[in-house]
Amino acid sequence: MDLQEKAKELRKIIFKTICNGGGGHIPGSLSIAEILTVLYCKIMNIDPKNPDDPRRDRFILSKGHACVALYAILAERGFFDKEHLDTFGQRGTILGGHPDMHKIPGVEATTGALGHGFPFGVGMALAAKLDKKDYQVFILLGDGECQEGSVWEAAMFAPQYKLDNLTVILDYNKYQALDKLAKIVSLEPLVDKWKAFGWEVREVDGHNISQLQEVFESVPSVCGKPNLVITHTIKGKGISFMENVPIWHYRLPNEEEMKIACKELGLNEVDGVLR
Amino acid sequence: MRNAYLAALYDLAKKDNRILALVADNGAIVYDKYRQDFGDRFINFGIAESNMISVAAGLAACGKIPFTYTISNFLTMRAFEQIRNDVCMQKMNVKLVGIGVGFVYSNLGPTHHSVEDIALMRTLPSMTIFSPADPLEAKEATIAAAEIQGPVYLRLATSRTPIIYKDDYEFKAGKGVILREGRDVSVITTGNITHEVIQAVDEAANQGISVRLINLHTLKPIDQNIIVQASYDTGAILTIEEHTIHGGLGSSVAAVLLENNALPVKFKRLGLDDFPSGYGTYQEMKEINGLSKEDITGEIKTLYEAKKDKKSLIDLRDVKI
Repeated sequence: MDLQEKAKELRKIIFKTICNGGGGHIPGSLSIAEILTVLYCKIMNIDPKNPDDPRRDRFILSKGHACVALYAILAERGFFDKEHLDTFGQRGTILGGHPDMHKIPGVEATTGALGHGFPFGVGMALAAKLDKKDYQVFILLGDGECQEGSVWEAAMFAPQYKLDNLTVILDYNKYQALDKLAKIVSLEPLVDKWKAFGWEVREVDGHNISQLQEVFESVPSVCGKPNLVITHTIKGKGISFMENVPIWHYRLPNEEEMKIACKELGLNEVDGVLR
Repeated sequence: MRNAYLAALYDLAKKDNRILALVADNGAIVYDKYRQDFGDRFINFGIAESNMISVAAGLAACGKIPFTYTISNFLTMRAFEQIRNDVCMQKMNVKLVGIGVGFVYSNLGPTHHSVEDIALMRTLPSMTIFSPADPLEAKEATIAAAEIQGPVYLRLATSRTPIIYKDDYEFKAGKGVILREGRDVSVITTGNITHEVIQAVDEAANQGISVRLINLHTLKPIDQNIIVQASYDTGAILTIEEHTIHGGLGSSVAAVLLENNALPVKFKRLGLDDFPSGYGTYQEMKEINGLSKEDITGEIKTLYEAKKDKKSLIDLRDVKI
């Protein structure tokens, strides 16, 4: 299966896992499907059979509410049995509404409160430098998350310690829970801001597999500088009525909407359960 | 206390290269020796406490043992969510060292006073809290903190802390210390104010009141036995803390007494009921805020008299007095 197909498959898993689980953040998970597919299938040095290998690359989902996308790719790569996805959000599950590093193989940080995963990952990148290890740390940051002050504390700190083993991927879907970021608290000029903070900044189409692969293969590109990859994405990508419509941030489709979404994603509904 | 901590940290760092010193722009001179010998294990985050704590958690996730250090209210309040989510929930091996607890930074005013830190830190799961009373106890608590696999909050005063313990003092994490033995009233205290409390207790003894004085250097987990026994033996408990009475030492002791059916005849929490007021020397701050030696001696006498008046109640209790 090529990676584009794999990302499509991931969207199906994301949608059915959240709908069957009875709640979650669908659009913010759909926007990162290609990013996770490329990282986990082409870029990162990871071994699903040995998830605690100290030499592994680390990935942290700082926007923890998009956890189902992470669960889907981890299950795809075999970090845990796919059957766990059917238990999402239910009593006794390992897969909650935000990821838990102690419960889920392959999850590197417990996130949920925004603005935590990024500096946590900075600590991991700093540890690599202190120990002269050559693993890389990838952090996926939400755009709305950049309104948290702790993001900018970490953004100032990482260049000071020359953490070129660190790549922050900014999911720039341009929407947050209530509206466009531009209408609430704008991040612009985003590129200039991060450059001014001392980061090597690049921009790609976050749904374009080859662009993502190329940019992730190129890091670390400048010695001594941390990397920021701004990925332009569409919140709700793949489900037409969810794309760029803020109200879907945390909402489940009704029966009619479910039919449309299933058709667009290529899913079947059997006895009220998505297959 | 601060120098004792730093000397202990230096020795620990010498033995174990996983130990790191993290600061938020603190320790201009006092860290010089450490920085000179372990420069690559000294990380200054600038004035960014939240970042320091999350990064410390990430370092701990990779096997490091970060000792984070800054003024205690900036540490425990500014970075509270980071301490809760990134350190405690994950049981990360991060040490939180709060400097200048109570109103040690007296003339800098209430923004720099730390009088809620115990209340905040004791709510957190997997947290151990050490609140040493003198330099030797601070040193021992630092060593104990390094031995614990998990989060520890170590609350320290700065310099010029009077000496209480002799060199042969044996520190046991989680175990309170009886500094004076007595039968009329028990006084339970913690931290930097212990020295003042000793003087007040000795003055009360001169006036004929037999006072048991207990120092709780470990506030979480708290030594329940020593508290319950004090209630059984003396029937009157006075807690004294350089901290708000809401949620701190006094509240902890009250809960232990109630849950163990060990209510004393009289119980009183002495501490702050509001933000500390005034500016001045550390000594003056204690006077302004009702925590001077004279205030404490007065409270001991009041409690003693009240207990005597209610002696009949003692007979109703099914406990050994």
